[in-house]
Amino acid sequence: MSTSSVLFDLPGPRARRRQRIGTVVGLLVVAGLVALALWRLGSNGQLEGSRWAILFDTRTNVPQRLLSALVDTLKVAAVGMVAATVLGALLAVGRLSDHLWVRIPVTVVVEFFRAVPLLVLILFCLLFLPVIGIPTSAFFALALGLTLYNMAVLSEIFRAGILSVDRGQREAAFALGMRKSQVMSLVLVPQAVRRMLPVLVAQLVVLLKDSSLGFIVAYPELLRTARSLVETLNFQFGPIYTFQLYVAAGVIYIVVNVLLSWLARVIERRTQRSAKAAAVEDVELPADVQMGGGGGAITKV
Amino acid sequence: MSFLAENWPVLRDAFLTTLSLALLSGLFSLLLGTVLVAMRVSPVAPLRGLATFYVEVFRNTPLTVVFFFLVFGIVQIDLSFPSRFIAAVSALSLYTSAFVAEALRSGINAVPPGQAEAARALGLDFGQTLRQVVLPQAFRTVVPPLGNVWIALAKNTSIAAGFAVSDLTAALTRLSNANADELALVFAAIVVGYLVITLPSAALFRLLERRVAIVR
Repeated sequence: MSTSSVLFDLPGPRARRRQRIGTVVGLLVVAGLVALALWRLGSNGQLEGSRWAILFDTRTNVPQRLLSALVDTLKVAAVGMVAATVLGALLAVGRLSDHLWVRIPVTVVVEFFRAVPLLVLILFCLLFLPVIGIPTSAFFALALGLTLYNMAVLSEIFRAGILSVDRGQREAAFALGMRKSQVMSLVLVPQAVRRMLPVLVAQLVVLLKDSSLGFIVAYPELLRTARSLVETLNFQFGPIYTFQLYVAAGVIYIVVNVLLSWLARVIERRTQRSAKAAAVEDVELPADVQMGGGGGAITKV
Repeated sequence: MSFLAENWPVLRDAFLTTLSLALLSGLFSLLLGTVLVAMRVSPVAPLRGLATFYVEVFRNTPLTVVFFFLVFGIVQIDLSFPSRFIAAVSALSLYTSAFVAEALRSGINAVPPGQAEAARALGLDFGQTLRQVVLPQAFRTVVPPLGNVWIALAKNTSIAAGFAVSDLTAALTRLSNANADELALVFAAIVVGYLVITLPSAALFRLLERRVAIVR
């Protein structure tokens, strides 16, 4: 059911009137909610221009701090993205291996890291590694946690992509006398990559979302920076800029994510247009993957 | 073993907090998600727009940011939740309902158009079509994606620990300070706590999927 218009007829005059009333009422409700929010903000003086101006006032160091927080956020996400993609690819190949002694440990590793909440993994890296003599920092723990969790998720995405290539391709490659490694690298992976790209990018967006967990382990990402800025500014001016800084941090997160999601959609459209990927069907991204913070454990057995 | 015996009350309470967080948020997000998806397919344009906006915003917002706003943000506009637990349930429900709505919408899209057309031809109106024909079928096809959402939700409850709710993850930080020498055991206990929720759920959803699946 691709169009929802099947659910209702082309409206007749009476239904059109009803819908118009519904539209007006709906608009009024929406406008009412917006007005209520604005009124509450306004009655607290949160809408005054001077309060928002601090976000752009370079003398207070606020824009610089927010910018560096954004850079720090992107930095940890970038490290996680690269490491998780590389390790995920290795794990996927390992899980598809013909050798039992490779396949079973890799499967256990993947299933374990998918089953544990991301925050627990990050805390593990932060609290446990120093005990066994590995020095750690908030950045390291966050990056390692993001990597471990996302490599498991990505390896499942890669595996699904490789398995989704028509088996005739694989059989034909073997029939041509290629070795296992050649079949994988020359035939299966190039076709699978086109299929996986949109899902891969979407998962990387989720990784960026999850880097906000740095707030909890005191890594100076956007939220943590906003919080510490609020503390210093409250000390200087009293608690008048709190709401503005929180909103700024939240909005920056949302804007960056929306931009990346938009990039994912562009890539998806491009892959679909490319002639070589003509046979690619839509790969629906499972909701658990999109939700971040810990994927699902339902695997098709 | 003495560690488990000593800290059993803490672990049990933390486990129950996590479980009730997950169950309550699951229930509320299912309700809110259903309302959202009904709005998204409705003939009234502002409702459609509102639901689409909601889903897009929450899908692109980190859950930590949602928590952050409900805990630290809304105090600034003179609103507040009676307890951190309720704030956590609200944050989880608001966030998860966007994903429930998306899962349900993919389910509605999977119902063959002929079903809705037949319902319309029999003279059922929008509400009846949705309630009696489309949604019952949609709910069945979305059992696996909803199961995934539920499991992700169960694990996402761990973020509440960062906002002073004493769930399993909070117990982890608390116990690891007190039992530095038995850290591996602490982590094992906490991980088992989460697995006790997620693994049976996964099995249950697989069973449910087999039971209700419609062969097309």
